[in-house]
Amino acid sequence: MSNRVIYLDNAATTRVRREVVDAMLPYFTEEYGNASTIYSLANGAKSALQKSRDVMAGILGCDSSEIYFTGCGSESDNWALKAAAEAYRARGNHIITTKIEHHAILHTCQWLEKQGMEVTYLDVDENGLVDPGQLRAAIRPTTILISVMFANNEIGTIEPVREIGAIAREHGILFHTDAVQAFCQVPIRVDEMNIDMLSASAHKLNGPKGVGLLYIRKGVKIRSFLHGGAQERKRRAGTENIPGIAGFGRAAEIAAATMEERTGRERELRDYLIERVLREIPYSRLNGSRTKRLPGNANFSFQFVEGESMLIMLDMAGICASSGSACTSGSLDPSHVLLAIGLPHEIAHGSLRLTLGHETTKEDIDDTIEHLKEIVAKLRDMSPLYEDFMKGGRERRGGKNDVQ
Amino acid sequence: MKKKAVVGMSGGVDSSVAAWLLKEQGYDVIGVTMQIWQEEDSVIVEENGGCCGLSAVEDARKVAAQLEIPHYVMNFRQEFQNNVIDYFVRSYMEGRTPNPCIACNRHVKWESLLRRSLDIGASYIATGHYARIDRTAEGRYAVCRSAAAGKDQTYALYNLTQEQLAHTLMPVGEYTKDEIRRMAKQIGLNTASKPDSQEICFIPDQDYGRFIERDMGREPEKGNFVTRDGRVLGRHRGIIHYTVGQRKGLGLALGRPVFVTEIRPETNEVVIGEAEDVFTDRLACTHLNFMAFSGLEKPRRVLAKIRYSHEGVMATIEKAGDDRIECRFDTPVRAVTPGQAAVFYDEDGRVACGGEIIRDTPDPAMA
Repeated sequence: MSNRVIYLDNAATTRVRREVVDAMLPYFTEEYGNASTIYSLANGAKSALQKSRDVMAGILGCDSSEIYFTGCGSESDNWALKAAAEAYRARGNHIITTKIEHHAILHTCQWLEKQGMEVTYLDVDENGLVDPGQLRAAIRPTTILISVMFANNEIGTIEPVREIGAIAREHGILFHTDAVQAFCQVPIRVDEMNIDMLSASAHKLNGPKGVGLLYIRKGVKIRSFLHGGAQERKRRAGTENIPGIAGFGRAAEIAAATMEERTGRERELRDYLIERVLREIPYSRLNGSRTKRLPGNANFSFQFVEGESMLIMLDMAGICASSGSACTSGSLDPSHVLLAIGLPHEIAHGSLRLTLGHETTKEDIDDTIEHLKEIVAKLRDMSPLYEDFMKGGRERRGGKNDVQ
Repeated sequence: MKKKAVVGMSGGVDSSVAAWLLKEQGYDVIGVTMQIWQEEDSVIVEENGGCCGLSAVEDARKVAAQLEIPHYVMNFRQEFQNNVIDYFVRSYMEGRTPNPCIACNRHVKWESLLRRSLDIGASYIATGHYARIDRTAEGRYAVCRSAAAGKDQTYALYNLTQEQLAHTLMPVGEYTKDEIRRMAKQIGLNTASKPDSQEICFIPDQDYGRFIERDMGREPEKGNFVTRDGRVLGRHRGIIHYTVGQRKGLGLALGRPVFVTEIRPETNEVVIGEAEDVFTDRLACTHLNFMAFSGLEKPRRVLAKIRYSHEGVMATIEKAGDDRIECRFDTPVRAVTPGQAAVFYDEDGRVACGGEIIRDTPDPAMA
């Protein structure tokens, strides 16, 4: 097995495509004008901005005037929730979300609770799916916003967004979805799905870091989050990150155009990975739904294996993987998502997320599986828990040495 | 194949130079920063970059990059909570004065870090402690006071097991602090002027009373200050706020300096006495760990240290039951404090054995 790097953490971030870099470069040194000025040097910047907006509108099936560029997905989430809470305060102070949201949503909700909002965090089932019936039951006269992620960043579960949107519409409640993981990976039509606000981010689809978007349906009266100049129809101040937005546009354009073929291939490789791991590594399980799942996501738990050691050993073998969300690995507490789907603490600790991208090859997957088999076996060899378990197993089986 | 050594890196001088020394000695060095505690929802400003805080990770990463060694952050919050913080709070609530560094060394830095280091294929863990590891004639491992007498750190290491020591390297212990600082400068480490870490790392403001109250979720029960024979002198704020030998902060106006001589958790009393009452010529300890000595068949002469900053006095120790040592000092020592460790050194400056000091209730046979 070679010493090359195998990148299987595409849910954390992705490599920027060459074409995307090329699309960005002119806006650093040639078309560097500020899009808010009147001279012709800035025309390139203005049209880049409009072009990216048009691309996004095409993908989501909305009007380009409903697309607002931001600094990142987290900013989009913060803006949507905080501004909605403020704008609709007179109508009520209740928000419904889920226990498995990204921290950009969860921590924002916790902050809003301190400001007097009430938040219901919906449970999910063992596959990570929200129950529309439970959502319906949680709605109060004071509910002003429902925020449910399109697809989960850790276990890849795709939520029943269309049904949730229909329920929200039926009750006249705003519906926001954090689609950072889903945008350009699965088809999204904001009208058909009754989505009022949607967050996305460029760096999850082979675009640059530092640029995100918030779709805001016309008529949704949320105000500016960042005060200052009149950029983004006066709703998001700050000089536009033209190279970033141009890159986002190009990345989304390619990702949308290649979606069917690309995700088809990823899904095939992912299924191959899941099948082999579950078959060849004993006491392993797949977390999340087998079918309602992002094309590139696989998330496993290995009993009797300490997740951190596994990640370090994979890294030593040149394999980039993560235990859950990259954004929380600073703390490495057991994942709130895995706990929410009912995994016990010790198993939640031994989890591994492998997320594929358009550059992932079958050889990458084969090499990863070989390393993984070796690493899991080695860690189990050193685990006293595993030793006890195996001994117990043998005794129960009347001393037969049939447990491998 | 080169032997792998995991170096616990704090970003400070000592552990950074330890990593460098091992690399020079031909080890395959992996830097690991242990994440052991986190204050929720607050930004901690660490002026000194304490041994295990948030800035430690960034600093250690910088040093590792400079030394061109891999660097990882490992999370030990749960282990630290269970073995250090819980023990710390429980000790105070039960009238003892704990030493969290000793617990952290034994259970977190060694037990947990060593386990995970072996997991990832290392043969050793290494630290920046100023101590050496000696083999005795009988083949036992023992930490030994280092060349840098001004910076002896063996006291807090007395509780390491033979198995742990067999997998431990302490390259810094061969040098003095000055030599280490010079090396750091030579290598160009930008940590060279960082002050030493000190105090209790998980209580940034050092207000341990408030920390314990918050952890307990209630205020401690107030009680009486009493004399040794039970005369009530006043009210105290809860036993967690006191330690043997304490003079300041008692809030007693008796016209002369008085001291805490004993804490009685069973009656929630703090016993007050005169300066001379704080001195004693004996102690008893339990939860023993044997290092250079394999046991204690007969009384032995040792140098005894009763707290980290104590210089040590000559003493005789003997076994008094299964897990109990009694120690008689040649000259009385001040403030023998239950919960602190008594560490005994042999004539070569090696840790012979040690244990946790228990309350020296008078022996009825001697009364």
